[in-house]
Amino acid sequence: MTRYILRRLLQAIPLLFVISLVLFFLMQNMGDPIATMGGRNVTRSADRERLKRQLGLDKPIIVQYLYWLAGNDWAKADLDGDGIAETPGTRRGVLRGDFGLSLVNKKPVTQVIWERLPNTLLLMLTAEAMILIFALLIGIYSALKQYSTFDNIITTVTFLFYSMPVFFFALVTMYIFAVNFKKWGLPYLPTVGMFEPTAGKTPLQVAWHMVLPTATLSFGFIAGYSRYIRSAMLEAMGQDYVRTAKAKGLPKPEIVYIHALKNAALPIVTIIALDLPFLLGGAIVTERIFGWPGMGRLFLDHVSRGDTPVVMGILMMIAVAVVIFQLIADILYAWLDPRIRYT
Amino acid sequence: MESIAPPSKGSIANLSPDVLETPPLSLGQLTWRRFRRHKMANFGAIMLILLVLYAFGGAFVFSEAYANKTETGARLQAPSREHPFGTDTVGRDILARTIYGGQISILIGLTAMLVELVIGVTVGAISGFFGGLIDSLLMRITEAVIVIPQIFLLLVMAKYFAASIPNITILGRTFSGSVVVIILVIGVTTWPYLARIVRSQFLSIKENDFILAARATGTSTSEIIFRHILPNSIAPIIVSGTLSVASAITLEAYISFLGLGVRPPTATWGNMLEGAYNYIETAWWLWFFPGALIALIVLSINFVGDGLRDALDPHSRAI
Repeated sequence: MTRYILRRLLQAIPLLFVISLVLFFLMQNMGDPIATMGGRNVTRSADRERLKRQLGLDKPIIVQYLYWLAGNDWAKADLDGDGIAETPGTRRGVLRGDFGLSLVNKKPVTQVIWERLPNTLLLMLTAEAMILIFALLIGIYSALKQYSTFDNIITTVTFLFYSMPVFFFALVTMYIFAVNFKKWGLPYLPTVGMFEPTAGKTPLQVAWHMVLPTATLSFGFIAGYSRYIRSAMLEAMGQDYVRTAKAKGLPKPEIVYIHALKNAALPIVTIIALDLPFLLGGAIVTERIFGWPGMGRLFLDHVSRGDTPVVMGILMMIAVAVVIFQLIADILYAWLDPRIRYT
Repeated sequence: MESIAPPSKGSIANLSPDVLETPPLSLGQLTWRRFRRHKMANFGAIMLILLVLYAFGGAFVFSEAYANKTETGARLQAPSREHPFGTDTVGRDILARTIYGGQISILIGLTAMLVELVIGVTVGAISGFFGGLIDSLLMRITEAVIVIPQIFLLLVMAKYFAASIPNITILGRTFSGSVVVIILVIGVTTWPYLARIVRSQFLSIKENDFILAARATGTSTSEIIFRHILPNSIAPIIVSGTLSVASAITLEAYISFLGLGVRPPTATWGNMLEGAYNYIETAWWLWFFPGALIALIVLSINFVGDGLRDALDPHSRAI
């Protein structure tokens, strides 16, 4: 097993290199960061040249990629335009942990991402917890009471929620809980931002503001996962060992949760493990609708302005997370199911 | 020993085996029979036919010019007799726009599914059949494509092709070039999942004896793939293809909602929702009708896909 893990990690390294190269090249088409640097005024062409030299944007793409990766403090840049390179650079490159400065607001990339990452993580982890709890509850109950009224209602409703696009659900819930509740004088759920500016960033405010975005994010996944859990549980409950357990007289909760659920949970665990890294990217649509200051909006804002360091930082973070989580999912699957052997 | 008296004429035992058994049903006929019994799938299929009729047949009622006609004096009107679905922010009739928008959304869904199908099946078949180095290489490429975020690829391709793809005219309708970009991006970012399914199918079918027999009689590789293995693995491909139409329509809606998709005035169900959340208190009809239509078509496609999956399942015994 250790050899397998090592082999996967080693295979992951060239993969990450290739991905970073592809992403870097794709970023070059995304627009000119210099164009907006003059603030209100259009950048003069002399300034444009100077900025390009300072930021290293006049070099060929492969050289820019090299500087991004390995830094430019071992190379000299020509800052004063006389054609002779004399100033050593200051960046140490990604391989040494330096993601550079944002081209939009000159802050270090790590700081820019760190400002938004906790917001996204808060939303995502809460949503994931809700998804797990509710999907398990609904799926198990639905499997135990197969074909009852509850099961039929749940099946129809989950199909409906599963097919609804996220923004439609968001708009419907906003309409009902925010707009109409306000009209009818009931306490209404807020729809914008993380907290009221007047009340400050208290936990209560954040929790209250989090209700609608979390619900919007979770409902689709709850619907999908609960159906999956239901069918997996049905299959597990039909197995011979469950029949033996019942014949032995074990109490029902023990059969369901300890025997059947453990075996039904295998594919679900891998699905969840594979979905987790994409949480880091934030839910772009949900954050847009609810004005939640998270990674999704950060990404959109900086991509459209061609801010390569920040975008590459976010993308590489997600890429590394995906690779690691795929490996974790495979290992978890092998650990939970002793029949699986990796060569 | 006394022989058992032969059965009298006309009893069942007298009939020859050919007459006794029902003629063998092809896969299509079997699938159709099992599909018919699935209530939700039937409902979904009827709903789907109705929606397609609405989108394409409605073109005979409203002209495209009417759908794009802006009339700012009549902006943001509630549903009324004259405008059954209301008007939008520049006074266009929403009913006509949902009809023409439906055409584009459904078209994008179908075409993106075809692109995904072609790439996914090819990659999966080659990877599963040949194995070894080709398999490893293709699987790493597949992983790399999964990692690149869709939105990012879409933004890049949209910027890259922004000016260069002109408006295309098919069947009298003009589409902006962004439609082609969206179809390509959706197709190019969703094929990995299909490729993995096809690959696992090929890996398991390849071990069968009839493939060994085909190889022994000298059947060429392409014939083995296309005439032996592929027809046997068609079931998950069909199910996956059906469900991917739904996901393509949803993706197009998301992308247009973010403002990166088809540009107005060409209507799609997605870009009618763009910015509609600003008017949530004042004009609910802006987002309700396109959103409900998207939900309905995705729901019916999901029902049909579920029914197909049950009907094509080789383990189920019901006829």
